[in-house]
Amino acid sequence: MDAITTLPVMSPAAAEIFLAAAAMVLLMFGVFRGGKAQEATSWLAVAVLLVAGGLVMSHGGDTTLAFFGMFKAGPFAQFAKILILAGSILSIIMSRSTFRQDSFERFEYPVLIVLSTLGMLMMVSANDLIALYVGLETQSLALYVIASIRRDTLKSTEAGLKYFVLGALSSGMLLYGSSMVYGFAGTTEFEGLANVFSGLDGQQPSVGLIIGLVFVICGLAFKVSAVPFHMWTPDVYEGAPTPVTALFAVAPKVAALALFLRVLLEPFGALVGEWQQIIALIAVLSMAIGAIAAIVQTNIKRLMAYSSIGHMGYALVGLAAANEAGVSGILVYLALYLFMNVGTFACILSMRRQGRPVEGIHDLAGLSKTHPGMAAMIMIFMFSMAGIPPLAGFFGKWFVFMAAVNAGLFALAILGVIASVIGAFYYLRIVKIMYFDEAEEPLDTAIPGDLKIIMTVMAAVTLLFFIVPAPLVSSAKAAASALFAG
Amino acid sequence: MLEIGLAHYLTVAAVLFTLGMFGIFLNRKNVIIIMMSIELMLLAVNINLVTFSVFLNDLVGQIFALFVLTVAAAEAAIGLAILVVYFRNRGSIAVEDINLMKG
Repeated sequence: MDAITTLPVMSPAAAEIFLAAAAMVLLMFGVFRGGKAQEATSWLAVAVLLVAGGLVMSHGGDTTLAFFGMFKAGPFAQFAKILILAGSILSIIMSRSTFRQDSFERFEYPVLIVLSTLGMLMMVSANDLIALYVGLETQSLALYVIASIRRDTLKSTEAGLKYFVLGALSSGMLLYGSSMVYGFAGTTEFEGLANVFSGLDGQQPSVGLIIGLVFVICGLAFKVSAVPFHMWTPDVYEGAPTPVTALFAVAPKVAALALFLRVLLEPFGALVGEWQQIIALIAVLSMAIGAIAAIVQTNIKRLMAYSSIGHMGYALVGLAAANEAGVSGILVYLALYLFMNVGTFACILSMRRQGRPVEGIHDLAGLSKTHPGMAAMIMIFMFSMAGIPPLAGFFGKWFVFMAAVNAGLFALAILGVIASVIGAFYYLRIVKIMYFDEAEEPLDTAIPGDLKIIMTVMAAVTLLFFIVPAPLVSSAKAAASALFAG
Repeated sequence: MLEIGLAHYLTVAAVLFTLGMFGIFLNRKNVIIIMMSIELMLLAVNINLVTFSVFLNDLVGQIFALFVLTVAAAEAAIGLAILVVYFRNRGSIAVEDINLMKG
């Protein structure tokens, strides 16, 4: 009976346990403080996430299991978790000034972000289909509420409702896939699944397993908003309040893509022949739809939604390559995507006219005359997203396309380059509108200081990444090799 | 005498799951029906899990089913809460009225 009373190993999950406890303390703090608790709760939430980041960092470079093998901490999870925490912290800081100007102050918002971050960290560390599902739902349930946080406006609640219905559908598909995989492989543990699949030795896996695998891929493709499961993204990005969109565009994407990588390369790694074609198709469709559908958009948040669909397509090219270079390329891509997107959203959040937020692309007309600094920074972000060297975005694309070429996927790499040329059109159109169109009515010139700092830092990183790429690239390489070492 | 085996259970679950999915896409009337369809999908998954658990003689499937039940309850609560605030703003929960954003 000793085995039953033994406590599981918990220390590798210290950051998650801390976040779970701290979220409840923050909630109590907000309730008892009442009234004007948002400012204090926001900073406390930032502090909590920073401490969690410290706990993640303090975990060394070796891979360890916790909770009887359900939870796995290692360099790969560490890299993804740092990105997720950075995205969450920045989006909390960016939300403050906007919510203050719109006189919308609710302490629940930072608490919900902490809870969804907890779910994201659990996702990237999951080592069992049950842990995967619980982590994914912890994230999603908090995000549904965050999308409809402006419960007095129709747009925000409609965004929340659409996100909920399609998110629940995708969870259902993921679960159905998990149940089939469990039934035909006989286990839910990632290591156990990997053993079963490598034991097949090139034999055709059973139909049930293939059905399960396809459903799991569909569910995960929903979460990274890859075509053909992207239809929720533009509506949710447009409808949700802009600080929420800034969060959605970064942290959940990083978490879902990291989970996608782990699920396909760890348990299903031996079935690469079965899923490689599916992922390549999804990547091509995402790149194409992301590039073409964005051309006709007039709302900048919708445009960013299609842009993120396209970026997920480029990242999935690295997954289709299914080698170490592809994974490290994706990790570099995700980190640079975080910098570019946070910077762009800091600019979008400071677009206001007479104190009211505006989000049309044509509202940017004449920005180069009224806000020369901000226009220059938006130009840097747009050129970088279009993949123009020597800006950061070019290197992200370079790494994933090179990985695809090395894996022999020439057609995929060529289609990716064509899609990024088409996509460059709408990024350059924004630059043209800012620099060559006449403004009817200028935007407000007062930009909150924290947004100014964030956009300047992100622009500097995007612009100067090519001088010192080594730290990011080498840590991404270490993380990728840890994933392949098992 | 008909022996009820694994294939029968899986067929029932697959039929329920498909019904749930069609309920989400084909239904043009009411968001509540969409919520019911989501529940139907999750229950189909539970039938699958419990069946496999029995046939594999392995408890993990039943534990998974308990987790699914718990999360489904939380999901339904959040979905209905979002639906209530939506109804307050829109005055309707007909599916064709959820059309503020398009494109």
